[in-house]
Amino acid sequence: MIKLDSKIPEGPLAEKWSRYKAGLRLVNPANKKKIDIIVVGTGLAGAGAASALGELGYNVKVFCFQDSPRRAHSVAAQGGINAAKNYRNDNDSIYRLFHDMMKGGDYRAREANVYRAAEVSNDVIDHFTAMGVPFARDYGGSLDTRSFGGVQVSRTFYAKGQTGQQCLLGTYSSLNRQIAKGTVKMFPRRDMLDIVMVDGKARGVITRNLVSGELERHSAHAVVLATGGYGTVFYLSTLGLGSNASAAWSAYRKGAVFANPSFIQIHPTSIPVLNDYQCKLTLMSESLRNDGRVWVPKEKGDKRHANEIPEEGRDYYLERRYPAFGNLVPRDVASRAAKERCDAGYGVGDTGLSVYLDFKDAINKQGEKAIRDKYGNLFEMYEKITGINPYKQPMRIYPAGHYTMGGLWVDYNLMTTIPGLYAIGESNFSDHGANRLGASSLMQCSGDGYFILPNTISDYLSEDIRTGKISTDQPAFEEAEKQVADRIQKIMAVGGKETASSFHKQLGKIMWDHCGMRRDAEGLKKGMELLIQLEEEFWSNICVPGTDKELNQELEKALKVADFFEVGRLMCEDALQREESCGAHFREEHQTETGEAKRNDANFAFVAAWEYQGPAAKPKLHKEALEFKYVELKERSYK
Amino acid sequence: MNFTLKIWRQKNANAKGSFQTYPLKDVSPEMSFLEMLDYLNNQLISQGKEPVTFEHDCREGICGSCGLYINGRPHGPQRSTTTCELHMRDFKDGETIVVEPWRSKAFPVIKDLIVDRSSFERIMHAGGFVNVNVGCAPESNSSPIGKLIADKVFDAAVCIGCGACVAACKNSSAMLYAAAKIAQYAMIPQGKVEAKERVDKMVKQMDTEGFGFCSNTYACEFDCPKGISTDFIALMNREFFSSKACKQKHA
Amino acid sequence: MALAGMFLMIFLIFHLATNLLMLAGDGGKAFSEAVTFLSESPLIKVMEYVLFAGFLIHILLGVILQLHNYRSRPVKYHTRLRSETSTFSRFMFHTGVIIFVFLVIHLINFFFIRLGWVPQPDYAAHKHDFYSVAVVLFKNPWYTAIYLVSFVFLGFHLKHAFQSSFQSLGLNHTKYTPAIKVIGTIYALGISVGFAIIPVYFLFFY
Repeated sequence: MIKLDSKIPEGPLAEKWSRYKAGLRLVNPANKKKIDIIVVGTGLAGAGAASALGELGYNVKVFCFQDSPRRAHSVAAQGGINAAKNYRNDNDSIYRLFHDMMKGGDYRAREANVYRAAEVSNDVIDHFTAMGVPFARDYGGSLDTRSFGGVQVSRTFYAKGQTGQQCLLGTYSSLNRQIAKGTVKMFPRRDMLDIVMVDGKARGVITRNLVSGELERHSAHAVVLATGGYGTVFYLSTLGLGSNASAAWSAYRKGAVFANPSFIQIHPTSIPVLNDYQCKLTLMSESLRNDGRVWVPKEKGDKRHANEIPEEGRDYYLERRYPAFGNLVPRDVASRAAKERCDAGYGVGDTGLSVYLDFKDAINKQGEKAIRDKYGNLFEMYEKITGINPYKQPMRIYPAGHYTMGGLWVDYNLMTTIPGLYAIGESNFSDHGANRLGASSLMQCSGDGYFILPNTISDYLSEDIRTGKISTDQPAFEEAEKQVADRIQKIMAVGGKETASSFHKQLGKIMWDHCGMRRDAEGLKKGMELLIQLEEEFWSNICVPGTDKELNQELEKALKVADFFEVGRLMCEDALQREESCGAHFREEHQTETGEAKRNDANFAFVAAWEYQGPAAKPKLHKEALEFKYVELKERSYK
Repeated sequence: MNFTLKIWRQKNANAKGSFQTYPLKDVSPEMSFLEMLDYLNNQLISQGKEPVTFEHDCREGICGSCGLYINGRPHGPQRSTTTCELHMRDFKDGETIVVEPWRSKAFPVIKDLIVDRSSFERIMHAGGFVNVNVGCAPESNSSPIGKLIADKVFDAAVCIGCGACVAACKNSSAMLYAAAKIAQYAMIPQGKVEAKERVDKMVKQMDTEGFGFCSNTYACEFDCPKGISTDFIALMNREFFSSKACKQKHA
Repeated sequence: MALAGMFLMIFLIFHLATNLLMLAGDGGKAFSEAVTFLSESPLIKVMEYVLFAGFLIHILLGVILQLHNYRSRPVKYHTRLRSETSTFSRFMFHTGVIIFVFLVIHLINFFFIRLGWVPQPDYAAHKHDFYSVAVVLFKNPWYTAIYLVSFVFLGFHLKHAFQSSFQSLGLNHTKYTPAIKVIGTIYALGISVGFAIIPVYFLFFY
């Protein structure tokens, strides 16, 4: 029987972390050498944690499915990273950052965690700068900042449109430093396929060597998952094609509870689908909405070229509906508004599934050069992909699956409900509530990896100094390996006709239609039914060519897709349970008269944490009540 | 659009590979090059054949996974473009497209179009970092860096580690890759402290891996999807000679 | 490589300057005096060895580089490299080989006579009488053709070599590097045209 204990320390909000940290048990340097830690994933969180733990003297083993840790999908983050440095003297503070995140998340996050994330944000920036991350600077040589959606201060540090890349490469360099020192051992081209539990604790992982196809056992005293989100459940998303839920899902199957799975952010400004074979949507940074105006034709099915539609024929629907914030409303609001227009038949493009993002006015006012200086690389990227010059005609954009606020449930130590199993970065349910504000994911991932986990994990490991090396010859490892091998054999044995990608595409469509930006009870139930049908079909008709003892990309895909059916079902289950609209989760049944999200704080101010009950059984819901002592719950209004 | 694809197929690192020809019909000009390969693979699988294996992940030109040698140029005919950003509208209808893996002694083929780029990793392990522990960073604005330098540092730092520089070089030299990292750190106070030691170690590792020597053809700069300048190679050379001249004993 | 190359490039300037004295119209008087002076100067005697070392290092390094670079790509591409580069930079070894062949012919024609390795031809007044040798040689259209073709390739070689040596030594600068490239082109053109004028003059106008 799982009992959720968030372990939130007592005391005033601003002192919780420092007081708590002071009381944590330590492992002395000589003993650290005797302790092994496994880190899965090498994004900002994983590589940061691995290098910080390596610096401390632990033996760290790191796994990633790419050929190099530098390719983790943190690399693709564009806009920036927040910190409460108050370099602009615009009255920013840790409290204000905390408050913005709480509000932006529509009051569905833990106060203590969010405050801590804001608190370490300044250390993150300092550390990145010290590692040589080339953040943008002003002419005096100090770090520059810019503003981002949903806030009134300028606290976002950036490196052109490649902040994620630069932060990740900085983190990668610190990882390399530890690899060179021998404290960290890197295992690239590995898929983590299962967690190994010994006496109720996480003690290792089973991985598949993607080149040889061999299964491998790795043991450790603690396992850290930094495996990112499950946004690829939509098939078409802004994520990397290799991003997947399998590692987190294997933890869920072994008893780690999964929190708020239905909270998934749909980013409003992505390049729309251009052809049927597309498997990836490319994001256009949120910063574009600073100067771009979003519109659709006033007349339904107006097929005229965008430049031929006169001003009076255009409906700037965001400015019309949200005069106070205009084009800069938060992501969830902008996404829903776009979908509303397209569903009503006003969408543009061949498919009718896109809206215009127009820079004409900005170019007329500021000149093409000013726009080029600000967004040059994004405009170029857009032209490369679509073949259309956005200086001459408006961009077409449409929402796309982007970030998962939900994830493995963790306590204040970032430990899941499995002792010794930690989840950091996007893979935990973290600090973003029901909607994430721009530029706070890089901040949270780095904070988790560099500054939080290395402190909290020692408290747990201090009990393991006498344990000694964990043998991989134990029955638990054997059994876990056998389970994985059986699953692989089961997939290989089907010998059907349809590819994993084809199933994934169908799955994505079901999820997008039934558990996307707008949800209702009927649709969610229907979605679950369809998922069960599709899963059955998968297990009778999946086609994996080749063998499992070689580099086999089709097998890799199939294994990932196989897990997504369950992910999708849990998402629907969670969305169905949450009889309110909050943040990215919008239920048709719960909206105001003007069509805005209507929260139900009396009944739903909790974290929904789901416990696995077997493949066919309905998962069990645990509720972690959220207490709000430092923020006042208000309606999020952007009108 | 219709194409004839001539693709290198190789079962594994030890197998002998060969070119296979695949006619491909009804390709949409909107498809990216990798989507075209997905489309081909779909057909191959339905014919009971093994799909073409190639590396890819982000498909937006930033992760550096993809890298194919297309018609004699790494990442294909377009400048400043990764393979995943390349689109079929950039090709002529009916064209024969030859697709090869990166070729270099330091990049052995693993399967089909995938090569082992771990030599790049080892160059980074040799010194591609600033020695700073978590927790000992000074306040960010304590050492200002002028905007012009900062912008130049950024230009060096945008390397995505795809290996196109090596693939494009007639000598299969990795100078641009190493230089980008060395230059990034050599230009800023944080990295200057150990700049000499770094260049020494990284260049040594680069030579150990079996990359060729630079003969300044500048093909790397032309074919770098991020347009990294060969000026950084000159900067690396300068650093290298001054490191040699200093004759410090490195630990 | 770059240092030796730079040294050779400086040598070429002196060599050209001396050779142009042939065109002084004084029947080779000034030129012969210069040659005699140079052959007897102790400083030049020393420099001759240095020059040989320079050639040797440059050639050896060139061969080693080429071999190593060839081995760095054991499996070649099926398609010819189509990367945009300056044509000259890609064929440094090839032009180098041509220049080497020319160098051997050139040494046999002139330098070896002085050393006494090659018998002094009848038309030469003494072993330093390069002027007469040159006149006779360049009256032969075949010789002139070989020389001219070689100078063309020398020009190609130098066109890349000049700025490349700066790059290799790390001597680049946002402002000066473009200038270096222009100077390099002028230098390459100057050397090859300068040397080429002499045989052409003797063939057609003497």
